[in-house]
Amino acid sequence: MRRFSWFNVTSLTLGFAFLYLPMVLLVVYSFNESRLVTVWAGFSTKWYGELLQNEEFLDAALVTLKVGLMSSTLATILGTMAAYVLVRAGRFRGRTLFSGMIYAPLVMPEVITGLSLLLLFIGIGLDRGVLTIVLAHTTFSMCYVSVVVSSRLSSFDTSLEEAALDLGASPFEAFRLVTLPIIAPAVISGWLLAFTLSLDDLVIASFTTGPSATTLPIKIFSAVRLGVSPEINALSTILIGIVTVGVISASLITKRAAVRQAREEQAAVRS
Amino acid sequence: MAETVFAPWTDPEAKPLIQFKGVTKRFGDFTAIDNLTLDIYAREFFALLGPSGCGKTTMMRMLAGFETPTEGQILLNGQDIGAVPPNKRAVNMMFQSYALFPHLTVWDNIAFGLRRETRDKDAINARVEEMLRLTRLTKFAKRKPHQISGGQRQRVALARSLAKAPKLLLLDEPLGALDRKLREETQFELMDIQEKTGTTFIIVTHDQEEAMTVASRVAVMDEGRIVQVATPDVIYEAPNSVYVADFIGDVNLIPGQAAVRETAPEAAEVVAEPAPEPTPAAASDPVPDTGKEAPQPNAFGIWLHDNMLKPILGERRAQAEPLKQLPPPAPEQIKAAPVPQDVPEGGVTITWAAGKAPLIAANGDTALAGEKVVLALRPEKVSISKERPDHPNILRGKVIDIAYLGNISTYHVEIEGGTMIKAQAANTRRLSRRGITWEDDVWLGFTATAGVVLKEDA
Amino acid sequence: MRRFSLIAVPYLWLLALFLVPFLIVIKISLSDVAYASPPYVPQLDLTQGWAGLHDFFAALDFENFAFLTTDALYWKAYLSSLKIALVATALTALVGYPVAYGMARAPQEWRPTLLMLVILPFWTSFLIRVYSWMGILSNEGVLNQVLLATGIISEPLQIMNTNTAVYIGIVYTYLPFMVLPIYAALEKLDESLLEAAEDLGCSRLAAFWLVTFPLSRGGIVAGCFLVFIPAIGEFVIPSLLGGSDTLMIGKVLWEEFFSNTDWPVASAVAVILLALLIIPIVLFQRHEEKEREANR
Repeated sequence: MRRFSWFNVTSLTLGFAFLYLPMVLLVVYSFNESRLVTVWAGFSTKWYGELLQNEEFLDAALVTLKVGLMSSTLATILGTMAAYVLVRAGRFRGRTLFSGMIYAPLVMPEVITGLSLLLLFIGIGLDRGVLTIVLAHTTFSMCYVSVVVSSRLSSFDTSLEEAALDLGASPFEAFRLVTLPIIAPAVISGWLLAFTLSLDDLVIASFTTGPSATTLPIKIFSAVRLGVSPEINALSTILIGIVTVGVISASLITKRAAVRQAREEQAAVRS
Repeated sequence: MAETVFAPWTDPEAKPLIQFKGVTKRFGDFTAIDNLTLDIYAREFFALLGPSGCGKTTMMRMLAGFETPTEGQILLNGQDIGAVPPNKRAVNMMFQSYALFPHLTVWDNIAFGLRRETRDKDAINARVEEMLRLTRLTKFAKRKPHQISGGQRQRVALARSLAKAPKLLLLDEPLGALDRKLREETQFELMDIQEKTGTTFIIVTHDQEEAMTVASRVAVMDEGRIVQVATPDVIYEAPNSVYVADFIGDVNLIPGQAAVRETAPEAAEVVAEPAPEPTPAAASDPVPDTGKEAPQPNAFGIWLHDNMLKPILGERRAQAEPLKQLPPPAPEQIKAAPVPQDVPEGGVTITWAAGKAPLIAANGDTALAGEKVVLALRPEKVSISKERPDHPNILRGKVIDIAYLGNISTYHVEIEGGTMIKAQAANTRRLSRRGITWEDDVWLGFTATAGVVLKEDA
Repeated sequence: MRRFSLIAVPYLWLLALFLVPFLIVIKISLSDVAYASPPYVPQLDLTQGWAGLHDFFAALDFENFAFLTTDALYWKAYLSSLKIALVATALTALVGYPVAYGMARAPQEWRPTLLMLVILPFWTSFLIRVYSWMGILSNEGVLNQVLLATGIISEPLQIMNTNTAVYIGIVYTYLPFMVLPIYAALEKLDESLLEAAEDLGCSRLAAFWLVTFPLSRGGIVAGCFLVFIPAIGEFVIPSLLGGSDTLMIGKVLWEEFFSNTDWPVASAVAVILLALLIIPIVLFQRHEEKEREANR
């Protein structure tokens, strides 16, 4: 049984304080009565009320959600296909270029991705708006999805697919009935990752959007450029709350599933 | 009992189920299967045996449809199946990893293949229940694969691949993941199920014992070729090459030069050692030849005497004179006496070392005369004794090592000239009272038909 | 046929939306700025056939790149991006290592929770995390208030709008990228190695330096690359926390494009930024391959 040593306790406390204190302060100050950051003028939820009155923010949130849902779903489909190609399609012409194009966007600075996509959309005369943001987000997040899914696929025993074929399943049935259910957790986390990336993105959205579509990060960025604002604190608190609840409940679900599985396995051994 | 022996391969009228016709499979520069021709008959339990990389798995994957031959044809019931995709073949496979679908229950795993060909729920239910009964898995139908033991998983895999009643079942190292005891039990279970279902089984294995146990015929493979196809007893008793002899079981390989054996019994000079050295005991105690009828002290008797009776009876040496340690017979005496056993005539003799008597192999092919050959000799056919045995082939040597295997022991004997020969003897006595021990001078003997004369591999 | 379409769909998507746009950037970086829409010449005019193509290529030149070398702003921005990324990476490693070490040495049942605590900020908006420091670091911010109240300083510190604020921002936002690979390396470490070292006469500290640290080096290197590569092209952090004198190439590119609408120069800046990034990316790739081989 190992215990915490004082050194470990100190480093963990300081480390996690550093990680969480700024966000805690943000949450605390979102309930500040005063507009000024410096003065604590008592508890109030008035900034939340103002935020909900602010139609611009609500519109931006709606656009962000729409873009996020569309791009993450598209990215999951394309990324899963790409992962399948990378892991299973074997050799084909241009495979090196393909895997290069999958990995490059992961390390490409956002400013370059954004700039290049904007130049493309202008070049082909596509009106900038929700559609162009969706295209842009799908492109970079499909690469993340394919990395997540392909790491699961490559640890996947090919003989499972072969067994399905051997038992008379068509290649598509083998994918639908065997491969997909097994890689489903990776596909779901790929989707979540793509969704989060899309909700988060400021730079690429700024380049590829037009006047018709403003996403929440763009709105937040233009608001905070000039300094701290209590409405943004309130908005941040809401977003942090959603993420926290989401991540914690997801981890609880997986933990419970793991416990249940362990119990089932024990039951199997006993009889 | 007038049961006819199952041996369709001996019947020229029998139609094979599977035919490989000049099949070659290359992966790039690597030739996995090299111009292979083979017939396999219905209801056979056929084993492909060989070291890893010999091409046995490739053959199986070609039968299942996961690989296509580069050249040649594979026929199933006379039909070329080269272009048939795996999901359309009446061939099922049991995978080495079992490849059980982890997200499906045992029941759903077995039903998987059935659901692909029919929507008739009752038919599927009935068939799955039948398979569960056959493999004694009924209790575990609702479990997932990770909730059952390795042996049970193996049976699920078998039930799943048998559920569609395939014409041919392929088993890729089916027992490789089981421990030894379970593996032996399962071998018999497999044979039982094969008999009950009447399915043709092809098993791939690198375990020669497994192949010998389960198979009706065994194909020994090496580097993409089949070296020998025969029933297990033929493979064991009459290997057609040094490779097969060496791969199957334990064997002594004695290289030498073959010559046609003179059939006259006077050719007995080949039997004896030309100048046998007397044993140490005999050297110090020259004893008159009293013949073989004289009572001989056995090793136990000597031990008993030396350890317990000495105080009462005194030194054994004094009494040793009448107690014979068989002295080497004089050459002329052997010449006079015919070969002591009924030695069949014909065959070849093998000169294996300069100045030593050639070995007799009455079953050797005279066509090999003048060739470099190898005498393959199973250890259990070599007798070991402290006294000179009555065998047409006799060697002398010293015990270097003894491997105690419970019911039997294997003795590693270095014979004159440095060659190591393994001999086996049943352990009828307790270990501590074993007559022959390390460093003992012993005699090895074997009959004129104990070994197999094989042409030396290129 | 099915295989073909499976490959073709993602392939064509990436060609059209990743490779082609990037080629356009290279092409525009070789064009000249113009007061037109779009604001650059030449335009590829395929209606003129071969002559159009010829004119098009003839008009391309490296003027913009030459311009980048003459204007001190650009190469200073490149150098300062490199410097900021390097310093911030080193700082992140210094902060991240003890945290990762503490996690790896924590009792087994605590580790999943600690791991989740490190990953949680990663799912929270990047922008919000950067923003959260604005309220802390500003002149009237929480940090200065605390320091003034405790009497450590008498004048408020100017941290906001300096490079220090940028360092803090980078360390804060990229800390999980550093902690996770180091933790992975430390967690794999067999504890009996340390016991063996102590058994052979090492002190605790010597055992750390001679065994633990060298064995976690792979994780440190991976973490450094994961922080350094995105930090170079960072835009949000310098523009929110940095001052007007904080030069980072991502910010320069943004301003060149949106404020000056000089597309050709912005494209040239992008091309050079990418060229700069290729070296660490290739090194990172090599490092990962070596690690993978070592773990086999």
